[in-house]
Amino acid sequence: MNKVEKFLRGRFASALVAVIIGFAVAAVVLVAAGYDPIASFGALLSGAFGKPKYISNVFIKATPILLTGISVAFAFKTGLFNIGAEGQYILGTVLATVVGCSLNLPMPLQVPIVLLSGMVGGALLGAFVGWLKAKFGIHEVITSIMCNWITFYLCNFVVMSDAFHKPNSTSAVPVNPSSYTILFGMWKKSEAGKQFLAGIPWLREILLKTDLSAGFLIAVVVAVIISIVLKRTKLGYELRAVGLNRDAARFSGIAVERNIVLSMLISGAISGLAGALSITGTSPHTITLLAAMEGYGFNGMSVAFIAGCAPLGCIPASILFASLIYGGMSVQQAMGVPSDIINIMIGTIVFFTALPGIAPFFANKIQRRREAKELASSQGIERA
Amino acid sequence: MDNFILLLGITLMYSTPLVFGALGGVISERSGVTNIGIEGMMVIGAIAGAAGSYFTGNPWLGFLAAGVCGALVALLHAVASVSFAADQTISGVAINMLAPGLALFMCRQLFEGAAMTPIATKLPKILGEDGLAGTPFANLNVNVTTVIALLFTVIMWFVLYKTKWGLRVRAVGEHPAAADTLGINVYRVRYICVLVSGMLAGLGGASMTIAIISQFTQTAISGHGFIAMAAVIFGKWKPFGAYGACLLFGFTQALVILLGGGEFVIPSQILSMLPYVMTIIVLVIFVGRSVAPKADGIPYVKGSR
Repeated sequence: MNKVEKFLRGRFASALVAVIIGFAVAAVVLVAAGYDPIASFGALLSGAFGKPKYISNVFIKATPILLTGISVAFAFKTGLFNIGAEGQYILGTVLATVVGCSLNLPMPLQVPIVLLSGMVGGALLGAFVGWLKAKFGIHEVITSIMCNWITFYLCNFVVMSDAFHKPNSTSAVPVNPSSYTILFGMWKKSEAGKQFLAGIPWLREILLKTDLSAGFLIAVVVAVIISIVLKRTKLGYELRAVGLNRDAARFSGIAVERNIVLSMLISGAISGLAGALSITGTSPHTITLLAAMEGYGFNGMSVAFIAGCAPLGCIPASILFASLIYGGMSVQQAMGVPSDIINIMIGTIVFFTALPGIAPFFANKIQRRREAKELASSQGIERA
Repeated sequence: MDNFILLLGITLMYSTPLVFGALGGVISERSGVTNIGIEGMMVIGAIAGAAGSYFTGNPWLGFLAAGVCGALVALLHAVASVSFAADQTISGVAINMLAPGLALFMCRQLFEGAAMTPIATKLPKILGEDGLAGTPFANLNVNVTTVIALLFTVIMWFVLYKTKWGLRVRAVGEHPAAADTLGINVYRVRYICVLVSGMLAGLGGASMTIAIISQFTQTAISGHGFIAMAAVIFGKWKPFGAYGACLLFGFTQALVILLGGGEFVIPSQILSMLPYVMTIIVLVIFVGRSVAPKADGIPYVKGSR
């Protein structure tokens, strides 16, 4: 087996092939619509990575979809389709805002409490869906979709409520600054900080021009923890067993119902954390009136699937998606290409990751050619 | 009495796009192919219907175009999930990402960067534009799509339960290997069902953009496909079950509108939750465990066990 073949049978090949096809399809669409694909992709690349602040923004954009991606991936590994990450995310933002603007404790207390309240919100919503499935057998997809809309309107209700509405705006009152998870938030605006940063232009650009926060680091830690839980713990084993074969799991003494609720609870908590981190990490540090679903949960599904539902795989997948989404905005500005091309691209990528046979298909071709060659040469030897 | 008529009229109006979407879900899932992509197919139908009606001036051609375009998108899903044995959930999610992107891209290309189409000619109402006007029954002059949706429900019920072809579809959805041994071409049945599913979803999208409203906008289809999907499960994968689920959903939407205009002091956001809360409650009390077609979501690979 040569190197190319080995790679094509590996775990990353399917994702890579899908990404390449995604770009190819986008190129075809662009050409058909009369745009220059090479220049457009150039604009995409420089729009995502051209300046230090762009890179920083890519990581900021990647944070929520990395977490919702882990959330969906985790549930999927345990046999549940968490289409409700969107709602759990929204509830996370709502509770984080409510708690964050009501409390004003010292930062080391405030930040964990605000993040935890977001997690609790997501976890409760997830557990509710899991409980409905375990107790009444109601499909988690229906209840999740309903819960997405219920939290959507709940968010708007809180924004417009007398207690939390910020007058003359379409948003709620922002959380107290002690809840911020922005890196070096106080220091970077102080005189000492400004002086120090003046000597390092790229760091200055990243810190002062973007809301670089601890969010992405926290998300990476979550990815590692969830990966370990799934692979190395009894809990993870039981959860996966329920996902693979519910009846066999029950037969071997695993409490299936409890595990369904638990799985949705954990999955919901991760999405809720994503929401809380959006509030604490990025301005305007509050919830605003929603006109349509923001899509963090749905983008999380894309991230999870291109990662093959491996929590650690969600890290590169989320960066890829964030760079496409963020860079896509510059494509629109620079080339006049509708940024919707990015959704076409992401859709194509996800579509081709769904085809498990696509990379091995090429591997088989190479293998056949190699075997034919070897056969021919061995016959040659025999004849000689 | 007036309120009752109004309630009925709005119920029928709101439920129509959902019925098309849900019927699409039923036919696809009964053949064993999960279709999460209904939403995306509805969006494509929505733009195709509005654009088709705008350019030809004939809403029926728009309606037709919506069905064809919906089926074309469904072809992607069929190729992936039937021929390539792909994960159907992922393929559906991909279509939900791809289709709205494509719809908006096309819209901006066709209409100089606008995210909505100009006003298109609408499909007629059953009794013409002014039928019953002035009488208390004015609100019962429903869109012609409402009748078509009911008609399709009856046809699908008849085909699924009263014809040889329907029996085949159900067999393929329950036990494809057994169906295969009896000489049924599992792949062909599934291809046809998924294509019909896309066509119906496309019609559902158009029944929003050229019957209820008269143009495509970015939010014309926002979650209708997912609600339709829920209706499929709610209706236990049966045509009339799904139809009933959509009616219930349309009814709660109508209630929201009626109560919102009344003297009740419920904030509109809380009122808007009603359809979703009610669906969960009804599921808990009346429906409960729903059993999907046995082979739903499982790719069939000939010869495998």
